[in-house]
Amino acid sequence: MTTFLRKRIVSSAIPLVVVVLGVFILARLTGNPVDLYLPLSATAEQRAAFSAEHGFDQPILVQLWDYLGQVVQLDFGESLRTGQPAAEMVLEAFPATLQLAAVTMLIAIVGAVLIGSLAAYRPNSLADRTSSFLSMTAASIPDFWFAIMGVLVFGVSLGILPTSGVTGGPEVWVLPIATLLIRPFGVLVQVVRGSMVAALSAPYVKVARGKGASEKRVVFGHALRNATMPVLTVAGDLTIGLVNGAVVVETIFGWPGIGKLMIDSILQRDFAVLQAAVLLTAVTIFLLNILIDVCYALLDARVRQAVPA
Amino acid sequence: MTATLERPDGTVAAPKRPPRWWLLLGKDKMAAVAAVVLGLVLLTALAGPLLLGDAATRQDLDASLRPPSFDHGITGLLGTDILGRSVLARLVEAAGTTLSVAMPAVLFSLVVGSAIGMWAGYHGGRRENIAMRVADVILSFPSLLLAVVVLYVFTPSVANIVFILALARIPIYLRTARAEAAELKSRLFVDAARTFGTASWPTIYRHILPIAMPTLLTVATLDFCFVMLSESSLSFLGIGIQPPDVSWGLMVAQGRQFLQTAWWIAVLPGVAIVLTTVSATILAAWVRLATDPAQRWRLTLPTSKRGKRRVTTEVTA
Amino acid sequence: MNPLPSTATAEPDARTAEPALAVEHLSVDVHTASGTVRAVHDVSFSVHKGRTLALLGESGCGKSMTALSIVGLLEPVAEVVGGSVKAGGTDVLTLSRRARRKLAGPVLSIVFQDALAALNPVQPVGRQLGEPFRIHHGLSRREAREKAIELMRIVGIPEPRARARSYPHQFSGGMRQRLLIAMAVALAPDVLLADEPTTALDVTVQAQIMRLLRDLRAERDMAVVLITHDLAVVAEHADDVVIMYAGNVVETGPVREVFAKPRHPYTKGLLDSVPERAEKGKPLPAVGGSPPELSAVPPGCVFQARCPLARERCADERPRLTATGPARAAACHFSEELTSV
Repeated sequence: MTTFLRKRIVSSAIPLVVVVLGVFILARLTGNPVDLYLPLSATAEQRAAFSAEHGFDQPILVQLWDYLGQVVQLDFGESLRTGQPAAEMVLEAFPATLQLAAVTMLIAIVGAVLIGSLAAYRPNSLADRTSSFLSMTAASIPDFWFAIMGVLVFGVSLGILPTSGVTGGPEVWVLPIATLLIRPFGVLVQVVRGSMVAALSAPYVKVARGKGASEKRVVFGHALRNATMPVLTVAGDLTIGLVNGAVVVETIFGWPGIGKLMIDSILQRDFAVLQAAVLLTAVTIFLLNILIDVCYALLDARVRQAVPA
Repeated sequence: MTATLERPDGTVAAPKRPPRWWLLLGKDKMAAVAAVVLGLVLLTALAGPLLLGDAATRQDLDASLRPPSFDHGITGLLGTDILGRSVLARLVEAAGTTLSVAMPAVLFSLVVGSAIGMWAGYHGGRRENIAMRVADVILSFPSLLLAVVVLYVFTPSVANIVFILALARIPIYLRTARAEAAELKSRLFVDAARTFGTASWPTIYRHILPIAMPTLLTVATLDFCFVMLSESSLSFLGIGIQPPDVSWGLMVAQGRQFLQTAWWIAVLPGVAIVLTTVSATILAAWVRLATDPAQRWRLTLPTSKRGKRRVTTEVTA
Repeated sequence: MNPLPSTATAEPDARTAEPALAVEHLSVDVHTASGTVRAVHDVSFSVHKGRTLALLGESGCGKSMTALSIVGLLEPVAEVVGGSVKAGGTDVLTLSRRARRKLAGPVLSIVFQDALAALNPVQPVGRQLGEPFRIHHGLSRREAREKAIELMRIVGIPEPRARARSYPHQFSGGMRQRLLIAMAVALAPDVLLADEPTTALDVTVQAQIMRLLRDLRAERDMAVVLITHDLAVVAEHADDVVIMYAGNVVETGPVREVFAKPRHPYTKGLLDSVPERAEKGKPLPAVGGSPPELSAVPPGCVFQARCPLARERCADERPRLTATGPARAAACHFSEELTSV
């Protein structure tokens, strides 16, 4: 188990490092922020001073080295826009996204397991075909359009839900979560259904029925746990994809989360904030992957004992 | 020692010809409708602009924000935008843009990803490891965010959008193709080819590709949705297709500010996206069934029988 | 003459009471892409406690389908369309699902062929073995565990207490089959069906598993239905045999008598193809051809296409299973002709 985890941690850390380095270099390629932050009338000295102050006059490798040195000391620099420490801005925005993502995935997984299992229990029944069609549709709707439709119907026409902001009661959560939810939910229902159909037709399910197990016991005691593995993998990928959705949702609903922060800092060339945000996202994804690996190992003894290549 | 009754040649029954694919398609009404919708979208994208001429760009401020109606000929059928341009004509124009991004991106990632994946899976060892690690890296980061960063660096031209979307999707094909190749390489017929000294690429092309192809095509059909959705999201965020070009996602973004006064500008392009992506998803599900010999029979069953379970066990004493 | 095929034999201790399992006129249809086919046609047999009946036939002859319909585990595409399955006097086919579940384990139980697939890969074996006790006797987890360990000891798993925590993939093929058998006999069922229990194993392990089955049969006083395509296994371990071909019973009776004097040309063909019986220096005889597809079973005798005795009558009229001895029956118009062979 520990060998397995150690190997997984090492192999998951590689993407983490590559992504952070990649974003650092790409961000530098977007051009010197001097032009964006100083007035056109600024003198050459002023420009040079600005560059020197933020280290933009150094070769990119030197900038990288300095940056890494600071990161080790948990110093992520300051926002060019606001002068606030980048770490502070990112940590302020992070919980808003995390809450959104956690609630969404919780609803998506629980709902998908129930509906997907129900559909798989009678393949090709009316319930199965209906849920297949609806889940395929849900997985194929563009989230930004869904959000706008939500605003149009519930905000503009009916006026029962707020169209942006985070202040207010639980109703502010409805549209953002519904928007984030549709795609992962649609995909997960299909995955749960597929792996449940496979699990329910496995010989061990026949054996369980042969032992006189009730259908509830067959589905939840025997099939579901075997069907969980592929669901877990896909759920992990979908959670990563949720950041994509968060960018869109937070932009549309003015949700002060990390997705909006990242888009804003790219558009403003606010490197320090972008890097801190990317780093935090990458670390979160890294931890998520480890968590999924642990779940895998807990669920299936074969994973624990096999040492992955 | 043991005398068995298994048939000596191991054959089961004379294999029947699988039914023709279009007959199978006809049996599944949903898939048939999906195929027709996709065909129409393709036809519209190809032939539409020829029929409608410059209607997509012709401005007419007198006709600004007209709701959909039958009073203004075919171009006014779906209403007009703030500049009085025909929404219908713009939808047709955008279909072309959307497809010209999605199709090359899917094709590019399919070819490159499958080639690398099969090569890696066939050879195994370090080559396989490196390929998989690279795929992990790409997949472990939100694709939209990477696209935003890259497009911001390299300006959002159509070619760049195609490139970055393709790059983000290569790992999907790479993983699928690798898994298939790794499984197939240990089979006898591949071993035989190798024993005769066939080089690796001809072996991959002749023995692995044909078997992996159905799976890869299914993935590609599904991926078409994903790429389309990504393009429209990027365009919606303002870093995808740039005006005066037009794509469905961009139209939604442009219509957003008129949501209260002219709903049709934002709603209709979304409907177009949903119709196309849902059709592609349904067709992908059908392709997966139709190309799997173990599952194909499901498609030939009459619908009423499909959901049927044991009857006798229901009978209560 | 006995008009109905009966496998109750004339042995002194034969329980003339009700058989543990009596299958009568069982027919099963399978709905396929190209239409509905009859996979099992009018199959009847019965077996008493403490005895072993073998269902013998080639793959696809309907023997597994028969077993699955007895225990109620048919796939949704298959459907019992006629007949009865009486276990302990009640026809299980008429019971509700719930009532039937109550019988699964204490009355009817089945052992499958592929033990690795038949054991749940993500549960420790101890838990799976204890499950019948939890379902039917309402034991606690701990109590069921003790029962499971006891079972593992009975079927000969070394160090059962420690091994109860292991997972199926950590056992060898023979051990897995033992576990599967242990699970099936947990509640001492009246009838144990064993569907090709040794096909996936090598010969020495096969022998051990068969011996285990025989010991358990004696100890728990079970009736065993052994589904197999292996003539040697039948000869060695079964008391009675039912030979199936293309969904039909072609011959039935005590193994010793049937194998000594087959009354159906199919049975005879099978026996002739056994190497031990062949004459030295001559090619091993085999039953030529292959069974008909179930969708194209001829109207007359099912075996006519491969039968050396086939005549005009066989093409028109399907032979009924007719008694050929005190406890024997065969479905052949010309079974008399075989007596002299």
